[in-house]
Amino acid sequence: MQALDDFRSSTRVWLEENCPQSMRTAMVQEEIVWGGRQPHYENPESKVWLDRLAEKGWTCPAWPQEYGGGGLNKEQTIILNEELRRINARPGLTSFGISMLGPVLLEYGNHEQKLEHLPKIVRGEIRWCQGYSEPGSGSDLASLKTKAELQGDHYVINGSKVWTSYADKADWIFCLVRTDFDVPKHAGISFILFDMASEGITTKPIQLISGASPFCETFFDDVKVPASNLVGRLNDGWTIAKRLLQHERTMISSFGLASGQSDRGGTTSTVASLEGAAMHYRGDKDKLSDPVLRDEIAQFKIDSAAFMLTSQRSIEESKQGQGPNATSSMLKNYGCELNKRRYEILMKALGSQSLGWEGEGFNAEELLVTREWLRSKANSIEGGTSEVQLNVIAKRVLGLPDILSMNKTNQ
Amino acid sequence: MALVLNEDQQMLKDSAKNFCQQSSPLSVLRKLRDTNDEIGFDRQVWLQMLSLGWAGIAVPEAYGGFNFGYSGLGVVLEESGRTLTSSPLIPSVLIGATAINEIGSESQKLELLPKIIAGELLLALALDEQATHAPSNITTTATKTDKTYLIQGKKTFVLDGHVADKLIVVTRTAGGTDKESGITLFLVDSDSPGLEIKRTSMVDNRNSAQVHFDDVKVPSEAMLGEEGNGFIALDRVLDIARIGIAAEMLGSIQEVFDRIIDYLKQREQFGVLIGSFQGLQHRAATMYSEIELCKSIVRATLAALDNPDLDRIEIAELASIAKAKLSEVYFLVSNEGVQMHGGIGMTDEFDIGFFIKRARVAQQFLGDATFHRDRYATLKKF
Repeated sequence: MQALDDFRSSTRVWLEENCPQSMRTAMVQEEIVWGGRQPHYENPESKVWLDRLAEKGWTCPAWPQEYGGGGLNKEQTIILNEELRRINARPGLTSFGISMLGPVLLEYGNHEQKLEHLPKIVRGEIRWCQGYSEPGSGSDLASLKTKAELQGDHYVINGSKVWTSYADKADWIFCLVRTDFDVPKHAGISFILFDMASEGITTKPIQLISGASPFCETFFDDVKVPASNLVGRLNDGWTIAKRLLQHERTMISSFGLASGQSDRGGTTSTVASLEGAAMHYRGDKDKLSDPVLRDEIAQFKIDSAAFMLTSQRSIEESKQGQGPNATSSMLKNYGCELNKRRYEILMKALGSQSLGWEGEGFNAEELLVTREWLRSKANSIEGGTSEVQLNVIAKRVLGLPDILSMNKTNQ
Repeated sequence: MALVLNEDQQMLKDSAKNFCQQSSPLSVLRKLRDTNDEIGFDRQVWLQMLSLGWAGIAVPEAYGGFNFGYSGLGVVLEESGRTLTSSPLIPSVLIGATAINEIGSESQKLELLPKIIAGELLLALALDEQATHAPSNITTTATKTDKTYLIQGKKTFVLDGHVADKLIVVTRTAGGTDKESGITLFLVDSDSPGLEIKRTSMVDNRNSAQVHFDDVKVPSEAMLGEEGNGFIALDRVLDIARIGIAAEMLGSIQEVFDRIIDYLKQREQFGVLIGSFQGLQHRAATMYSEIELCKSIVRATLAALDNPDLDRIEIAELASIAKAKLSEVYFLVSNEGVQMHGGIGMTDEFDIGFFIKRARVAQQFLGDATFHRDRYATLKKF
């Protein structure tokens, strides 16, 4: 206990001295730091903050120091997170390397792969993207067809991926490829890493209904990848793929968490809370005048509070060094549905002021609500649809029989 | 906030589970119903609970209790919810002892708490007057006359009213009908002249009563707490009770869900197990998710009751979160319990019907989901 108390006080002192003032405010979209070979820092203090965190390995506090991480145990990691929250500190780095690839490399990668890739993730030097979905392989991911053929000491990759988040901005990709076409679909997949600057790769952004384009189509045309970039065993990629999905779900479920305290991540604007927005747009003083909306908001906030407690409980229950388990599907599903609900309620709260697309008549925040409402619809599709999450819960958590396996067409 | 049970709490939970499954299975409630039992709970089971010390779990040691906190009482209530155990644990211990401990004078605590723990005294709370829970809407009056008070009015939905030795009666000594000020609590002997207690037969087969007060005379020493300032103290007692009820509901919800999952894994139709149908799988998975949220809320709110740093308003918010959410989920799961068992779920011979009956009573008791969402919104100032 004493050692943990000491850790808390030294952490508090360090944060006090090292976390720049502007990094103690709610994150704004444009200032998120993704790292990479050509990093972008909208706010110069973001770079200071990232470098200081990375030096201690605190962008990835629980990873081993050998690979650049902070080497903290579970209790210390919880304390660090509590202290970061206490001063409202922004994350120094947001990356798929931290939330998805890193944890599976630690579990399945060899020493050389860890040594090469993990420290660069910790320092934000390489930005990763995820090559999973294909035009014909969405929920049925394991039917993927992108092909990797071994030719001497390298693989030649052909095919295409879709919904590759930020493929046009990423430096490397972790990718699922088919290395055997003659076995059941799950048994012929491998997990491989390669440089997006390799010859034969093209990317094309996809515009969403919200007008934003976070996703790309990605095409591979005879891309040469060293054979040593294969992670884990040949044709055993599905195991790694599923494990990574659990990490992805945990990451996505945190979207729902933003609704815990203030309903939109702690901004101080009129739309900072659902009830605040609803009262503002109705000119209400003490009590929200629409009783149906009031009930709906109360229900939402109660569910949000319960969801936040559940996320905390799942951390408390997970043992040291043990990553997310099948409950990640539950958290992903619930978190995403909550986030969608939040935007639907926000639309009702703002009335017709939530319906602007661009230009005059609406302020910037109102226009953002419109766009974010539309963007939120992807939450229950990306990272596995809500229906897929319910399938996973039914099969893996509740142990219900799998009718699809009788037809041999399951994912 | 502790969201996971510590070792001692887990041990208590395991032993409570053992006891309830062995000594107080659902068949005990069925038998009480079928024999139209006069006291409405099994005296032997209650005596064993007393010998296990359950009546003193949350009571401080100074008054003969075990000072094990509401987290302790909560796990016992949760396990008793799995078997739908009917006992004075809720009216007399969760509500009665808590009221004495929270509101009583030192001498009242010294006198009454050891008796409750020993099983020598059963209490019942006489609060509600109308068909919906409205704890400040009190019209039962207590009029001061010299050194005594005269109570006039009627109460309904009084749990264990017909077996209690004393009633905790919520009265109005001043103020308008729906005012929080002017409310005063009294301890009234159930054999007092002018007091008429009528047992009501409830759908969940547990005890409840309607009580009429016709100039029931009580001495001023029978007052519990301060005159006219009873509401705030009462509301805290109600919040503790709401959280305790939520714990009981959690046990029942999990039991129904376990029975659903078992059934999905053994019932065959169209040549396959019905649990392989996606139409049922997704509903089961949705219930699972909601139940996980319920577990977190119950753990967190019980732990909050044992945390002296939280103030009255924080506890009130948590209690409303718990009672609103657990009521919603118990509604969902008890309905699915019947539906997913199909025809057999509708039969009296099968146990699942007991849960849907208990669910509606538990949902409404001390405020349903709508009541608590409204209260939560008010506490959150919107």
